[in-house]
Amino acid sequence: MAEATGIEIKSLYKIFGPNGKDMVKLVQDGMSKAELNEKHNHVLGLNDINISMPGGKIEVVMGLSGSGKSTLIRHINRLIDPTAGEVLYGNDDVCKMSQTELREFRRHKTAMVFQKFALLPHRTVMKNTVYGLEIQGVPMKEAEERAARWIARVGLEGFEDHYPNQLSGGMQQRVGLARALTNDADILLMDEAFSALDPLIRMDMQTVLLDLQEELHKTIVFITHDLDEALRLGDKIAILRDGAVIQQGTGQEIVLNPADEYIADFVKEVNRGRVILVDTVMDKSKTLEGGLTVSSGIMLEEAAKTFAETGQGEISVVNGEGKPLGVLNVQDTISAMVTPASH
Amino acid sequence: MMEWLQEFPKMSRGDLREMRQSLDGAFKEFTGKYGESIEAAFDPIKEFLIFLEHILINSPWPIILAVLVGIVFAMSRNVKITIGSLVALCVIGYLGMWEDTMRTIAMVTVCTMLAIVLGIPLGILMARSDRIQSIINPVLDLMQTMPSFVYLIPVVMIFGIGKVPGMIAVVIYAIPPMIRLTNLGIRLVDQDVLEAADAFGSNSWQKLTNVQLPLALPTIMAGVNQTIMMALAMVVVAALIGVKGLGQPVLNAIANQYLTMGVMNGLAIVAIAIIFDRATQAYGKRLQKHSEVIHG
Repeated sequence: MAEATGIEIKSLYKIFGPNGKDMVKLVQDGMSKAELNEKHNHVLGLNDINISMPGGKIEVVMGLSGSGKSTLIRHINRLIDPTAGEVLYGNDDVCKMSQTELREFRRHKTAMVFQKFALLPHRTVMKNTVYGLEIQGVPMKEAEERAARWIARVGLEGFEDHYPNQLSGGMQQRVGLARALTNDADILLMDEAFSALDPLIRMDMQTVLLDLQEELHKTIVFITHDLDEALRLGDKIAILRDGAVIQQGTGQEIVLNPADEYIADFVKEVNRGRVILVDTVMDKSKTLEGGLTVSSGIMLEEAAKTFAETGQGEISVVNGEGKPLGVLNVQDTISAMVTPASH
Repeated sequence: MMEWLQEFPKMSRGDLREMRQSLDGAFKEFTGKYGESIEAAFDPIKEFLIFLEHILINSPWPIILAVLVGIVFAMSRNVKITIGSLVALCVIGYLGMWEDTMRTIAMVTVCTMLAIVLGIPLGILMARSDRIQSIINPVLDLMQTMPSFVYLIPVVMIFGIGKVPGMIAVVIYAIPPMIRLTNLGIRLVDQDVLEAADAFGSNSWQKLTNVQLPLALPTIMAGVNQTIMMALAMVVVAALIGVKGLGQPVLNAIANQYLTMGVMNGLAIVAIAIIFDRATQAYGKRLQKHSEVIHG
């Protein structure tokens, strides 16, 4: 499969209310959400969003309820029309598409997974899964063959003829995922897809998604309110608050350098061992010849396991070819895992 | 000097008469001009009704009985309902009401079909647009509250007495629940599922047939059921304008104070109503089989 195309969101505004367009200028001039609501009775949904979502990666958009994250994801397939701004997929601006172009874009380029599953209750698992292909007009026989593969891939083999009501929440969301994957689209939009599941099932589904992404390399936009989920899944994370992006970067960047108090509060409880890379903590000025090695790009927690198992004090960090890059010692590893590294 | 307070100021008798006469005259003129072509437009439906009546009455009764009971079983898949229907129909036949009952069944069937064919598209239109809803709603209120005798006047003026005016009266009375419940059913469809349909690029026809109608089906079936019940309730009124069936002996019984005859025919109507109701409800439930098994 060719590398998936990324998504560029540029100066995107969404203001809910009858005269949203006229309010953009006020917001650009610095009017706050509360003021806009009070003086003009318009609700600021999204405020000057600029995110570059790389192709073939998982972009997580994180925020608490009311932060505008669900509004944002709905701009990518234009389930919500923007007030101003651009959503670029390659050279195409989704916001400028005609109704017909938009329908084609939704049919062939995007697929979506929903928080509340949004399955058709009167259709079996198989009939739900072929939905996207059916809409595209793919012959039923071919559609069912393609769907069967994804049903098996998400672990629902044997459940093809069950109705959604007969399945547990986790299984229903597997159907939602199979339905989206069967569409074979470049972009996978996941709106709090795992939020309604209980923690163990959620972990399970995250693993399913990561495994799938390893072979599929789709451009995935994942919305969540859960920081642990964001850190586990996100190649890149954007944090939203009151409709504006307050920080974006990799999980490690956000944990190590929170942009403000709000984010610092958020990341306080994070398990740093699973976020910070050994590369960040290792001493690059030294190299060890021989001895134990760990590969570059793993998290501290895994390195810590190696320390615990071997009782060594120092490990050499090596790249893919086995070339030493630096040295990690127990002391630094433990302090990076327990204390805020910088501030 | 306070006379105008004592009595409500009103139009003069002459003016009122004139207004009535000119309106009546205009309508009569309209009837004279277009009555025949309007009547001709209804001919196919009339033919169909006569055809259905003919089959029900002139075929050997055991065949009709078997077919009716067979239909009830096919719809309900319920032995109790089927046996109940068989017994009720046998008693009706034994008490000499077979032919009238067949006429009534034919009438109600055709009227219900008309109400469904007209009512579902209207309900869909209403669900799609708040403006259409605000136009149709008061019309439906009018249809349901206006005494049926009032709209029988123009209908009889155009069609005279007989089957077609009877059908029109029944359909006017019976169609509102069909329209209302179709509208309601579609409006109640889960927004999340609709959004999913949108996200996968459905056009509005695909949304209607894949999502809205199937999910609204239980409500629409309730509408069909209500429509059948209301059509049966109109049987006696339709008899007033010459529709044959179980209504006419009831009218006859009222005029002559034949208590037993009135009660018997009344009960026959009730029996048909119960058969129709149980069969359609069981059918509707069976269509919703998928929603019953909830994951424990």
